[in-house]
Amino acid sequence: MLEIKNLQVKLEEEDKQILKGVDLTVEAGKVHAIMGPNGSGKSTLSYVLSGKDGYEVTGGAATLEGQDILEMEPEERAAAGLFLAFQYPVEIPGVGNMTFLRTAVNAQRKARGEEEMSSTEFLKVVREKAKSLKIDAEMLKRPVNVGFSGGEKKRNEILQMAMLEPKMCILDETDSGLDVDAMKLVADGVNALRGEGRSFLVITHYQRLLDHIKPDVVHIMANGRIIKTGGPELALEVENNGYADLIEEEA
Amino acid sequence: MALPQVKQTATDARLAALSLPEGGWSRPARESALARVQAMGLPGGRDEYWKYTRPDTLTAVEAPSAAVLNVTDEAPVFGARDRLKVVFVDGVFSAEESDELALEGLTIERLAEASDIHWAKDLYGTLETNGQTPVERPLAALNTAFATDGLLIRVTGKVEKPVHLLYRHESDSSDAILHHVVKVEEGGDVTLLESGPAAARFNKVIEVDVADGAGFHHVRVQGRDHERRAATHIFGRLGTESTFKTFTLTVNGVLTRNEAVIELTGDDAAVHIAGACMGDGDFHHDDTVFVTHDAVNCESRQIFKKVLRNGATGVFQGKILVKPGAQKTDGYQISQSLLLDEDSQFLAKPELEIYADDVACSHGSTSGAIDEDGLFYLRARGVPRGTAEDLLTIAFIAEAVQEVEDESIQEEINELVAAWLGRRRG
Repeated sequence: MLEIKNLQVKLEEEDKQILKGVDLTVEAGKVHAIMGPNGSGKSTLSYVLSGKDGYEVTGGAATLEGQDILEMEPEERAAAGLFLAFQYPVEIPGVGNMTFLRTAVNAQRKARGEEEMSSTEFLKVVREKAKSLKIDAEMLKRPVNVGFSGGEKKRNEILQMAMLEPKMCILDETDSGLDVDAMKLVADGVNALRGEGRSFLVITHYQRLLDHIKPDVVHIMANGRIIKTGGPELALEVENNGYADLIEEEA
Repeated sequence: MALPQVKQTATDARLAALSLPEGGWSRPARESALARVQAMGLPGGRDEYWKYTRPDTLTAVEAPSAAVLNVTDEAPVFGARDRLKVVFVDGVFSAEESDELALEGLTIERLAEASDIHWAKDLYGTLETNGQTPVERPLAALNTAFATDGLLIRVTGKVEKPVHLLYRHESDSSDAILHHVVKVEEGGDVTLLESGPAAARFNKVIEVDVADGAGFHHVRVQGRDHERRAATHIFGRLGTESTFKTFTLTVNGVLTRNEAVIELTGDDAAVHIAGACMGDGDFHHDDTVFVTHDAVNCESRQIFKKVLRNGATGVFQGKILVKPGAQKTDGYQISQSLLLDEDSQFLAKPELEIYADDVACSHGSTSGAIDEDGLFYLRARGVPRGTAEDLLTIAFIAEAVQEVEDESIQEEINELVAAWLGRRRG
């Protein structure tokens, strides 16, 4: 599904190399987790894959189902099936959540040459999906993320994911700022989307999210590289011993 | 006090080119207005109140030529609504194109034809005169003196249909002066719609007297003609528990000065003045607002949003004056610009003057570009850049548009804005 080869990235504004050769392959239908200390390059990886400005790819490649995504505009990547659940979902005053969702769903459909969703159908689907994420009608009416609590913002991300039905979902520290109940709700939302060949890349500091979203593969990222790859037990090892040992081992 | 020579010369030249209409019952008001113009002189470039907007083309003897734009790619604004339509072509009433001037809950007459005994006699020029202090507005006095036509609307009940004044511009050199008077009697309620470019140069005054418990709603869409110029004034006087809401959308126009001068004279009244403008290139748009609180527990809101690109200029001068004794005043004022490039500019002068001690007044003014984070967020969800920018632009003006009570009109406004943005995207 997602193939990253020797990806090297620096910040455009300062001459600072963030990713120093990342290799990663996420197979269709699998859940991969990336763990790592602060500043290891995890969020940069998610931003570079989704096409945010400010990063310069200095080497390597990234493909989604064989398509080179690094050359695409962010909206083209989204239409190709890539989805980033933001660590800090952006507030957009003046744009209603519902308008936003419908515009996004139909823009992607249009880009793929599919028929747009009628407003009746859209309303039906969105209500159903919102209900399972405990998102009420009021939240759908409000401007995108404005005045939402941390938990509401993350649930709103998952609702977008559920509506857009991407193939490759990147979750950037979706657990940050969530209490236990909210994390469970978000994890349930994600788990409901597993299967059907849909892949996930779950970026997190802590193992606890992975209790709820069980990964197939766990990667440890440090200093701009993947330094270790293993099964779910690797996450537990980090939880018990921290990153220091692993980083030392690598050095 | 004698006027400066330059101002005296310019004023004399302009006045010499105009002739005072017979006017019947309005004649004394016109003569008095003329005397006031002569005393004040027309606005000049050195006047503080015209610091950001050059008045010369508005005061020149002849209207600068303005090409007519025939809009064929857009349905006429408010055209699909059930309304009473009154058409002025280059400032001249068109009986052929207008509906019969009759509507339940109001009487409506032409200023040019109104009979000698008239209710408007006590109002014509009165609110304009009140509005001359503490700041002089000579173009409004000029209007009172020389207006060739306009409507006199007296509202006695809740009027279901809006009255739609449709202005058309057919001559490159037309110079129109129109003066409307609206009197909303106790318990009455009316919506006034205005659309179109009116003339190459347009000087318009509306005086609105809103009695106790009455309501006045005003939505205006200033036309797309690129070259037209307009100086407009709306004077409002609000009685106890009355409501006055006005919103203006301006798309294009080389020069627009819209003044709103509102006096809250009865307790518990509310006035909302809002505007959104979309300017591109040779575009200068000035919103000048003066709200006077002279009663207890009144609310005033001023909300102005300007979208500027390609060297366009936006101006906002807004004042809230709270007179002694106007306790429990709730005043709010915000003016913001969205600069779509670095060539455009926004000049703002917010002012508060407060002589009561138990009031809440706030004001703010900002200038900024499209929010990059918001833009990326939308694009990351698959919304193409252009559409995302349009969405954010429409979101930017939303606070102003939401001041329009009728949601279907809000939608119509948003569609006009989207079309404007779409045309610029090509």
